[in-house]
Amino acid sequence: MTETNASLLDRAAQAAARSTPEPVARRVRGLSDKGVAWLFIAPTIVLLLAINIFPLIWAIRLSFTNYRANRPNAEVVNVGLDNYRRILTDSDIWFAMQTTAHFVFWTIVLQTLIGFTLAWLIDRKFRGHAFWTTIILVPMMLSPAVVGNFWRFLYEPQIGLFAYVVSFFSGIPPTDIQMLSSVRLAPWAIVIVDTWMWTPYVMLICLAGLRSIPDYIYEAAEVDRASNWRQFWSITLPMALPFIMLAVLFRGIENFKMFDMVNLLTGGGPGSTTEVASITLKREAFEKWRTGFSSAFAIILFVAVFGLANIYVKALNRVKSR
Amino acid sequence: MSAAAHSVVEPTPASKRIAGAIIILYAVVSMVPLFWIIATSFKTPPDSIAYPPKLVFTPSIEGYCNLFTTRTRQTAEYIASLPPPENFCDEVTRKRNMVIAGPSNFLPRFVNSLIIAFGSTFCAVFLGTLAAYGFSRFKVPLADDLLFFILSTRMMPPIAVAIPIYLMYRELGLSDTALGMILLYTAVNVSLAVWLLKGFIDEIPREYEEAAMIDGYTRLQAFRKVVLPQATTGIAATAIFCLIFAWNEYAFAALLTSGTAQTAPPFIPTIIGEGGQDWPAVAAGTTIFLVPILVFTILLRKQLLRGITFGAVRK
Repeated sequence: MTETNASLLDRAAQAAARSTPEPVARRVRGLSDKGVAWLFIAPTIVLLLAINIFPLIWAIRLSFTNYRANRPNAEVVNVGLDNYRRILTDSDIWFAMQTTAHFVFWTIVLQTLIGFTLAWLIDRKFRGHAFWTTIILVPMMLSPAVVGNFWRFLYEPQIGLFAYVVSFFSGIPPTDIQMLSSVRLAPWAIVIVDTWMWTPYVMLICLAGLRSIPDYIYEAAEVDRASNWRQFWSITLPMALPFIMLAVLFRGIENFKMFDMVNLLTGGGPGSTTEVASITLKREAFEKWRTGFSSAFAIILFVAVFGLANIYVKALNRVKSR
Repeated sequence: MSAAAHSVVEPTPASKRIAGAIIILYAVVSMVPLFWIIATSFKTPPDSIAYPPKLVFTPSIEGYCNLFTTRTRQTAEYIASLPPPENFCDEVTRKRNMVIAGPSNFLPRFVNSLIIAFGSTFCAVFLGTLAAYGFSRFKVPLADDLLFFILSTRMMPPIAVAIPIYLMYRELGLSDTALGMILLYTAVNVSLAVWLLKGFIDEIPREYEEAAMIDGYTRLQAFRKVVLPQATTGIAATAIFCLIFAWNEYAFAALLTSGTAQTAPPFIPTIIGEGGQDWPAVAAGTTIFLVPILVFTILLRKQLLRGITFGAVRK
């Protein structure tokens, strides 16, 4: 009953709308499209301005000062570009950048190799592949902090499962497998956990890439009697390459920012062997309270990620358009 | 992502079997740490640090008792003078010459996690849906720049964002409040939400709303009654992603909360017993914390798969 009324009203409104001049009709029918567009978009933009952009501008301003957040009443002196100059010449910062590079490089290499292989195998579509794919995905859904913390236990030299398994297969006494306290092994300890966690992500994107290759290309290759090996190198790999590159981009950005897992697993130790950039930043900003200095470092990191990502995206687009 | 696979070059049964065997082996090995977390949560402290690591043990809920309580050491005489233990937790605690002093902070931290994760997910998906519709359907000036700006906010290292946020929240009195954390997580998640949802809404034909508008619906009504129902799957997929992020987030939580609004991820690593971490209790906390995510992953795997590949490939 009410529905009929409503539709009658609607009809009437429509009839009225048709006979009214356009600008008036729009006002009568509620918000104009432009009004709706801004009403819908504005809240998001406002939130991002307040929580992302305003703080960023604040950080840029602080980066030119000697401000310390634990002494809010101390006099703030403008130091110009001093913070930036000191960061770029600081050997500890460069060491942290090298540690980050080592971490990013090896996690990407391992995750891409293993992830692509897994995707390629799953694409054989054996029985139950969907179920096993879901199981493989589980690690990437878990909290890097909470699980990273638990890996400390797995890595314990005497009682940990990891050391036990490794010593079982290699014969090295388990007390010698000091994954977290050995300067040589600790950088690999974080690479292993990150690879365990994020290989599934790379696998999924590679799988999307493999499935996007149309059948007829393989059919044509069959007609031409191209060997499997040949098909892999001249069809599968090149056509999945944009997807692989995307996965590399995302993992690269994420691992450049890496904080939670490393902070809980090693806290940057032993010494500063696993101190990736984010850990250095945290130490400077929230332990030494050098807010101005660390803001400058944060800006440099942000510009670096942003710049590298942009160059990479350009390269990616070139591969795509090929 | 096209669902159709290249079935022409059907892999041979043998290659399928080998592929299956390798995948299953990988899946099983990658599940070992998770299995070990759950197993450890049911061990007694001595069992948990036994060498060689114990695969077979008598299950005990001592870890869960220790997770939810704080305990103090007492003399044997004092314990002997107490009335008989009321429950299992009382009993095991006394066996270790301790008595339960009170509830631990785990439950409030877990509740904080729930409030902040669900609150921020709701806000992010709500704002994200509106903005995504706006970008999808209207000619917004500088749309590409705005969308890129929205996405680029995710490239900042969390610690870099945390420095000014820390100062700003201190000024505004938002430090260590659930509201502050919800606002922050909403801002982080909304960029992902806009990107994912714009893709989903782009897929809904405009003709549907246009037809509805010809029938007399206003733009807002058409959005509510035509577009929203069509976008439910996409909204659900996006919500899962936002929820997982907010649930798992550690960096902001560790730096910006310390007490009343602290979430579970920064709390769990601080669970210590006598002489270091109380691993069964940590494992118990970790297990309880991971269960919702495991359930989500298994139940909603289709949406998850779609969201991950879709979101990634679009960006």
